[in-house]
Amino acid sequence: MRIAVLSGKGGTGKTLISVNLAAVSKEAIYIDCDVEEPNGHLFFKPENLAAEYISVKIPLVDNELCNGCRICAVFCQYNALAYINQKLLIFDDVCHSCGGCVLFCPEKALAEKEKNIGIVQSGTSGLVHVITGILDTGEASGVPIIKKLMQNAPAGQEDVFIDCPPGSDCIVMESIKDADYCVLVAEPTLFGVHNLKMVHDLVRLFRKPHGAVLNKCLEGYDPAAQYCEDHGIRIIGRIPFDHDLGTLNSNALIAARENGKYREVFTSLLQKVREEVQDAAAIDFKR
Amino acid sequence: MKIVLPANERSMEKGISVSFGRAPYFLVYDTDTQEGVFIENNAAKSQGGAGIKAAQTVVDTGAKALLTPRCGENAADVLKAANIEIYQSINGSLENNISTFNKGELKILSEIHAGFHGKGGE
Ligand code: SF4
Ligand code: SF4
Repeated sequence: MRIAVLSGKGGTGKTLISVNLAAVSKEAIYIDCDVEEPNGHLFFKPENLAAEYISVKIPLVDNELCNGCRICAVFCQYNALAYINQKLLIFDDVCHSCGGCVLFCPEKALAEKEKNIGIVQSGTSGLVHVITGILDTGEASGVPIIKKLMQNAPAGQEDVFIDCPPGSDCIVMESIKDADYCVLVAEPTLFGVHNLKMVHDLVRLFRKPHGAVLNKCLEGYDPAAQYCEDHGIRIIGRIPFDHDLGTLNSNALIAARENGKYREVFTSLLQKVREEVQDAAAIDFKR
Repeated sequence: MKIVLPANERSMEKGISVSFGRAPYFLVYDTDTQEGVFIENNAAKSQGGAGIKAAQTVVDTGAKALLTPRCGENAADVLKAANIEIYQSINGSLENNISTFNKGELKILSEIHAGFHGKGGE
């Protein structure tokens, strides 16, 4: 089964939950899609690392052939091209590699060249296969890296846990596209509710079966729980606000590997997720 | 010589726009004839790279200077390639800025801010 773990912003416990679920699963693949700030590997400290460069194609101009018609610059919706002083300027950092300019240049003055935008790193940590996408700073889009990450984890018998980027834009959509189930992580604050709404709208749009895990739970009124109740989101787990858990986590230790109590917490959460996935599959089958 | 200023409204008495790439209009002013025309900034609503497109517009006017409160890296590169000087504007109306510029009291913009990687776009 493929489980995507999402939240509207970073720092809500998205990594905590995906890392620990992977750690209590028998054999698992953990994929870090938070390519601008991947930190799952800090917990897993994977060994036998291998890295692969990911590149995109960006245009390269032949000034001899270019006649300054500007068809390319007008076409480019990202405004990555400008024609100044009889020369085409290409801004790599805003180019989204759509290839359109190359196609439309009537003088065939544009060719494509490869540019590295980051790496996909893989390694092992116990029985967990850890795959991390890392986008170079300043690059326009991490989507090509996500695509590569997804290819590296073909659908199979193993459990796959996808630690999604924060937010709800196209890079997140790419990360949840093939997921069987989405876990929405929320904090019990009003701001947490706002973030929960963002990802909830997204998973509904993609018609993904989903449930919420409430992190840092305290006694008393919880606006995130209220939101779930009001919108029919099933709460599949609650992670208590707990000093020891916080300490383990801030020391980049995997709580479920260090402490029996948390092992229990995440094992039962994983069990719950499995049941949910089976239910969702059964409903799908009946349709 | 021609100079360009980002404008919120088509009025010389109104303030200069806080953003260059996202300004709704540009005032193209000729300091010799003392005449100005307002043109639309068709980059204002772009998803990304607004600064690049806006700078292209400025270059195409044939201006020699841009007066602006701020300017992004990519836009500055475009302007530099066209030998356009970027001056730091002052708070106040377009008119004020032009008279201060004419007196030679505007400084060259020293701080060019890093881009937003296509997500913002000054
Ligand atoms: S479309 Fe081709 S010929 Fe026209 S400006 Fe672009 S590169 Fe030059
Ligand atoms: S490849 Fe697409 S995004 Fe990049 S410069 Fe060409 S048209 Fe613009």
